[in-house]
Amino acid sequence: MKKKILWRFILIGATVLLAAIFFLPNTPLFKNMPEWWKKDMPDKGITLGLDLQGGIHLVFEVEGDKAVEITTERIAQSLRDIISKKKLNAEITSKGLLITASSSSMEVRKAIEDSYPILMPVETGATITYKISDKEANRIKDSAADQALETIRNRIDQFGVAEPTIHRQGTNEIVVQLPGIKDPKRAIEIIGKTAQLEFKIVDDAAPVAAEMPATVAPGEEEAVLKQFAEKIPAGDEILFEKRVNRETGVVRKIPILLKKQAALTGDLLKEAKVNIDSSRTGYPYVSISFNDAGAKLFDEVTAANIKKRLAIVLDNTIYSAPEIKERISGGNAQISGSFSMDEAKDLTIVLKAGALPAPVKMLQNITVGPSLGTDSIEAGKMAGIIGTLLVVVFMIVYYRLSGVIADFALLLNIILLLGAMASLNATLTMPGIAGIILAIGMAVDSNVLMFERIRDELRAGKTPRVAVDSGYNKAFWTIFDSHVTTLITAAVLFQFGTGPIKGFAVTLSLGVAINLFTALVGTKTIFDLILSRRDVRKLSI
Amino acid sequence: MLELIKNTKIDFMGKRKIAFIFSGILSIIGIIAAIQIATGKANLGIDFAGGTSIQLKFEKPVVLHDVRKALEDGGVKDFDLQDLPTVNKVLIRVKKTEQKLGQTSDVVTGILSQKFSDNKYVVDSTTEIGPKVGGKLRADAAKAIGVAVLGILIYVAFRFQFNFGVGATIATFHDVLAVLGVFYVLGHEINLILVTALLTIAGYSLTDTVVVFDRIRENMKTMHKEPLERIMNVSINEVLSRTIITSVTVVLTSAALFFFGGEVIHDFSLAIIMGVVIGTYSSIFIANPIVLVLRKKKAFAKR
Repeated sequence: MKKKILWRFILIGATVLLAAIFFLPNTPLFKNMPEWWKKDMPDKGITLGLDLQGGIHLVFEVEGDKAVEITTERIAQSLRDIISKKKLNAEITSKGLLITASSSSMEVRKAIEDSYPILMPVETGATITYKISDKEANRIKDSAADQALETIRNRIDQFGVAEPTIHRQGTNEIVVQLPGIKDPKRAIEIIGKTAQLEFKIVDDAAPVAAEMPATVAPGEEEAVLKQFAEKIPAGDEILFEKRVNRETGVVRKIPILLKKQAALTGDLLKEAKVNIDSSRTGYPYVSISFNDAGAKLFDEVTAANIKKRLAIVLDNTIYSAPEIKERISGGNAQISGSFSMDEAKDLTIVLKAGALPAPVKMLQNITVGPSLGTDSIEAGKMAGIIGTLLVVVFMIVYYRLSGVIADFALLLNIILLLGAMASLNATLTMPGIAGIILAIGMAVDSNVLMFERIRDELRAGKTPRVAVDSGYNKAFWTIFDSHVTTLITAAVLFQFGTGPIKGFAVTLSLGVAINLFTALVGTKTIFDLILSRRDVRKLSI
Repeated sequence: MLELIKNTKIDFMGKRKIAFIFSGILSIIGIIAAIQIATGKANLGIDFAGGTSIQLKFEKPVVLHDVRKALEDGGVKDFDLQDLPTVNKVLIRVKKTEQKLGQTSDVVTGILSQKFSDNKYVVDSTTEIGPKVGGKLRADAAKAIGVAVLGILIYVAFRFQFNFGVGATIATFHDVLAVLGVFYVLGHEINLILVTALLTIAGYSLTDTVVVFDRIRENMKTMHKEPLERIMNVSINEVLSRTIITSVTVVLTSAALFFFGGEVIHDFSLAIIMGVVIGTYSSIFIANPIVLVLRKKKAFAKR
């Protein structure tokens, strides 16, 4: 008998020790541990959720259709070259997801379908219209999401955030979690920017360019576009340059007519950095340099367009449109605009990390300020301690020595639960705390169930030892059933629940599983120890 | 031995008619609430409805009326305010907007920085949820609750008898609906935190019911000649002190959360306290009588 008790004590001691080792990184003690310990022993512990720590949780949707649209346009461009090289008589136009050839002759069809087998005809008549096959479109969307994930990761790395979590969710969503971030707005800007950098030639020669107003107020862009929609030459478009008056802060928009097709794009960039224009204005600007291919193209473009203006366009907004005074070799250029130092820095980050393959749309943004997080933890701790104390005192008052045993089981439960969570590197959130509270409630309940049973047996005149044993046996199935039903609920919630509900399910299921151990092994061992003395006549319960 | 409850002989089953009427009313309110939530008419939190919620902490006390006026003058529409005057906090919720995500919070903070330039604030938290996400979260929560309930029904039916499974499931549903209904009537926000609380309540209520069922099963072996109604009454009386003590301890912890746990879990703990009371009631007055009624019908059919 005694030996059995000893073994159970060793088992309990070992689990507590293990839990303590896993939980150690969450305590200030970890800093004082020797080097080998920090290196070889668990060093992660429990992570605090964003709701407790502060930080941002963002969900973006990658607009896959746009990626397909961009590919469609690129294919149309390449088809134009092919058709003209083969000297065929057909005009290729693209609109949205569709490419139309103005002739459906066999030669044209063959030329198109041989070069791009992924195109499927959707309408045939005098003209023929194609779209990218569904299978290929899905592949493009999927790879757009992958690329977007990679790009966003690069951007965040360069922005410098400790322990970001970035992952894909579903087919086209990207989840970004940045704990403890101080400037959430800037981070959101950096992540969400498409950062499609393009250089486009300004078409000042077209007559309509002279008719356009010099500047308009923000919000009037649509009206201008409508007014001139019919007059824009084919292959041209109107974009706006944003200009901020540094003294008054007034924003004006300047409409500029430019060639739709980019002469050069940002994917040929090699480097981007912030410089200060010390000679004149003292304002920051971003200097960029192209790779070899880009430098060559830049050289050609500038040579061919001297005296024309070259617009630097980022995400369809013109930053500046300086005149090309001379041919520029060497592949260096600068983007000046009215930005602050931070804006200039952020621009270099997005340019270096590259453009997103398609625009992203923010679906969800949860930002928790660091102070609220701290407040919540403090309040949670306070409430937790008071609540636990109330229960502890109540149990002792009501059940005396047995209440002390129950409190010991409760303590054991909390230690093991924290240890288990730390071993899984689980994230503790507010709903997670709710799960712990429910689990602790069940732990108390298990003890109450057993004690009431033992009291029943004692009332029936049984000796303490017999009463404890049969009380345990009778309470066992009740405890088992109630725990299994709760486990079922927790498992389902874990499987089907999202975010907060999952956090609840994790702590609850761990808590319930651990409780089976503490209630059925922990408390029993202590009772056995007390009753192992030979002449126990009265049990304090 | 300190005992709160000793040898009670209360006729619980005899009061089932009153209980059914009372619970029927509670459930109907709950069902109405559930329908209103499903159609988006209730006071849904922005995690379900979509929208923007901003919590600000001011340096000095602010008058809510001033905030409201500032926002109205600034052209913000369809918002409500709530304040926590002791800590100078203001919660602003803007329901579904046409604007792109991110713009609403900029507009609101822009207006307030201008109007309250002598009373600086920090943004405690911002939550912006697109309408698509809200719908998905709602559907997910509903699905999770549905599957969990089914799992419980199967387990309890397997461990006890099918009738008991039905009783436990209905009692659990009843508790969830009742708390939901009360929150709806009180006009409290229906959000993910409340859903977590409802799940906790379901877990608690179920445990309570299983404990009573377990005792009934045990007593059925020794009292097999007695009518089920009497077995139930005896069993409930036997476990009554456990029921009360457990409820008291859970209420103690929830009350600690309610008073000291901070604003985030205020509604959560309120729901738990209500849930414990209703869960205790239902495991006695709903779960058992339903089993009894189902049994009686069957016995009648056999004859």
